[in-house]
Amino acid sequence: MSFRSAVITFPGSNCDRDMAVALEAISGTAPARVWHGDASLPDGLDFIALPGGFSYGDYLRSGAMAARSPIMRAVVAAAARGVPVLGVCNGFQVLTEAGLLPGALMRNAGIRFVCREVSLRVENTQSLFTSGYEAGQLIRIPVAHHDGNYFADEATLDRLEGEGRVAFRYAEAVNGSARDIAGVLNDAGNVLGMMPHPERAIDAAHGGTDGKALFVSAVKGLVGA
Amino acid sequence: MKVRVSVSLKPGVLDPQGRAIQHSLEGLGFSGVHDVRAGRLIELEVEDGVTDAQLDEMCRQLLANMVIENYRIERVPA
Repeated sequence: MSFRSAVITFPGSNCDRDMAVALEAISGTAPARVWHGDASLPDGLDFIALPGGFSYGDYLRSGAMAARSPIMRAVVAAAARGVPVLGVCNGFQVLTEAGLLPGALMRNAGIRFVCREVSLRVENTQSLFTSGYEAGQLIRIPVAHHDGNYFADEATLDRLEGEGRVAFRYAEAVNGSARDIAGVLNDAGNVLGMMPHPERAIDAAHGGTDGKALFVSAVKGLVGA
Repeated sequence: MKVRVSVSLKPGVLDPQGRAIQHSLEGLGFSGVHDVRAGRLIELEVEDGVTDAQLDEMCRQLLANMVIENYRIERVPA
C-alpha cells in the first residue's frame, strides 16, 4: 500500500524539496506538491507536511500570512478529520498561527539566527511521529531559525507537559524556549510542530540520520511496514 | 477614516528586541532607560461605516497574536 503524502509550498518555503526528498526516500512514494493558493488537497492523503523556510516574507509575524492562505483551510479541515500533519520550522510557526497548535514562536532570546546541529531529548514515544525513538533518547538534529523561542502561558505549558504533548525538548540552550520545548503535539496527537529539521538528518551524507526514525514511525504507523 | 492599531507584547512576555534596543541606547551613552518594549503600529484607511466590532475582529483574527500580544484601536480624526 502506498503512502500518500503532500508537501505544501508557500511563497518563500525553501525546505519543501528537502521534505519531499525525505518523504519519498522513507516511504518509496513521491509526495504531491501543493501550492499555497490551491483551495483543496489531493483526496485520501495519509500525511501532510508544512516545510521550513519563510512564507509571504513572514510579514506581520512568522507564519501569520501563510496561516490565512487558501490551502490552510483545507489543512485545518484535514487535521480535524485526523490526517497527520507535520510542521517543521516555518511550518511549526504556521501551525501555531493557524490555531492547530497552542503557543507562539517568538524571536530567539539571544536575538541571533541560530543555524547548527543541536541535541534534542525525545520526550514522547507514543505518538505517530515518535514511536520509532526510545524514551529519553538524545538525538542530533539541525536547527536554522530566528523565531524559534516557544512561548505559551504557564497553564498551557502545564497542560502540555501533563498530557505528554511535549514531543521533543532541547538538551542544550538554543533559543530561550519555555521549558526548552522544541516540538509539541496537538491534543489528538495527529499534529506535530517542531523547530528542528528532521528532514535534514535522514542520510549519512547529511552528517547524521537521527531524523529518519520520525518518518519511519509515521510511514509504518500509517501504512504498515 | 484613519484607524491606528498599536500592537504590543503582553506584560511578562520577554521582548529580546526591546532588550537589544535598550542595550544600544546605553551604548550610545543615554542613561536612565530602565526598560524598552518594541511593538508594531498598523495604520488602516477604512470607510466610515466600518464598526468598532469589525476592527476588533480584524485585530483578533490577524493583526495581533492573542497568545503573546495586546492591541489598542484608535480612530484618528481627519
